[in-house]
Amino acid sequence: MNLSGILEIVRLTDVGQRREHNEDAVAADAESGLVVLADGMGGYKAGEVASEMAVLTIMAEIKEAIFNWVPGRLTPDTGMQLESLLVRDAVAKANEAIYQVSQSQPQCAGMGTTLVVGLFTNDRVLVGHVGDSRMYRLRGEAFTQVTEDHSLLQEQIRAGMITAEQAKLSSNKNLVTRALGVDPSVELELHEYDVLPGDIYLFCSDGLSDLVEDEEMHLTLATLSSNLELAAHQLVQMANDNGGKDNISVILVRPLKPFPASQGWLQKFLRWLNLR
Amino acid sequence: MSKLIFSLDGAFLGEFPLDKARLTIGRRPSNDIPIDNLAISGEHATVAIIGNDVFLEDLGSTNGTLVNGKPIKQHILQHGDVIGLGRYQLKYVNEAVISAMSGGAAADFEKTMIIRPSAAQVVPATEQADTQTPAPAAPPAAAEVGKELPPLAHIQVLSGPGTGKDMALTKSLVTLGKPGVQVAVITRRPHGYFITHVEGQNHPVVNGESVGAQAHPLNDHDVIELAGVKMEFYLAPA
Repeated sequence: MNLSGILEIVRLTDVGQRREHNEDAVAADAESGLVVLADGMGGYKAGEVASEMAVLTIMAEIKEAIFNWVPGRLTPDTGMQLESLLVRDAVAKANEAIYQVSQSQPQCAGMGTTLVVGLFTNDRVLVGHVGDSRMYRLRGEAFTQVTEDHSLLQEQIRAGMITAEQAKLSSNKNLVTRALGVDPSVELELHEYDVLPGDIYLFCSDGLSDLVEDEEMHLTLATLSSNLELAAHQLVQMANDNGGKDNISVILVRPLKPFPASQGWLQKFLRWLNLR
Repeated sequence: MSKLIFSLDGAFLGEFPLDKARLTIGRRPSNDIPIDNLAISGEHATVAIIGNDVFLEDLGSTNGTLVNGKPIKQHILQHGDVIGLGRYQLKYVNEAVISAMSGGAAADFEKTMIIRPSAAQVVPATEQADTQTPAPAAPPAAAEVGKELPPLAHIQVLSGPGTGKDMALTKSLVTLGKPGVQVAVITRRPHGYFITHVEGQNHPVVNGESVGAQAHPLNDHDVIELAGVKMEFYLAPA
């Protein structure tokens, strides 16, 4: 399924005001409907290595597999788009690759990265994440945080120890409970959502979400929806104006029209085979 | 290291370093911070260190626990907070914040790290093996959010059917113009107001000159021309 011309994608990453390196990595490919954002961690330049490896591995794996892919098939067990298996495989491969380098290269010991990946197919989006990189969605008036962080704060909120309001005062924003590449395997949280033309999807690193309130992100996307490029720059600028204490990365995706899996006989037949 | 400075009606009584994962406060001598006073419950409150946070919780005490004069059940202590227990005070001092404020290397404090539920200990991603102490507490990021903004401003329409109309610029972003024809946005930033082109063939004109595609700073009494309408910018509340 070639989605170039259907998905409008803008991506932007910025070192921020206080860091010397940009340890975030972003990539997007409209044709395969794929966006990947990673926020690396680890000493010296290891964080950059981890996030770069994550993004490159996942892009390469999925792009290769999706070439000549027949969309619209479902996995028998979860009922999700069959592409969900590709996402899981690609993330597992990236995890292995990062973990191996961290084990074999002393200067990379302990490196890891958070991740959020979106794959658009058949009027759906598969969203996978590890750690505190997020996806938000603007649909009509409603701006929603779709992913739930794998972080100590989120665990505390879930356990009822603190409220979301109290969490804003916490100094634990930087503590993630899951990351890619720190263990031999990783648990990817993967969900699937329907997509409507005109939705705006915001993928971001915590350099944005820690410094810019949700209401301000909402206002920016709603106000500047006619110019996504400017909206992305505005979001990064707001984080920088608020201190820019971390690297800031943003990917905006807007589907311009529906993209259902083709209803041709071959596709129907293959889908039928798949259901058996 | 952070600590609690103990005082009675402002008179210094001592200090308690927060060197354990959990400290108890109460009237009984078995507490880490014992306060022998009838206004204090036997087990009054606890202070727990969770990651970089110091978490204060009232244990259902008879007379309650205050933070900066307000009763709390649970509270994440911020540098400088004063805990009130009867006539006693415990002031929370976070030395990491002090060193950050005096120009210490604060940048590293907030690097993303992984916390492993099993170990209940913060492991910086760089040095897993030899790090035994939790990461230094970061200065509260919330204090940085909503940095000081410039004074409120407003614009007044000078020409066209809306002449005389006044619009307060209270939001961080306000758009002007006609969607589909020409739109610009005025952003309110810590160092002033800026106008930026959003959509349309023509770019906004300020004081007779096109501002192009870049953000352009606005000064008091600047005249903006957009979609054939002139407006004046006032750096003062409407």
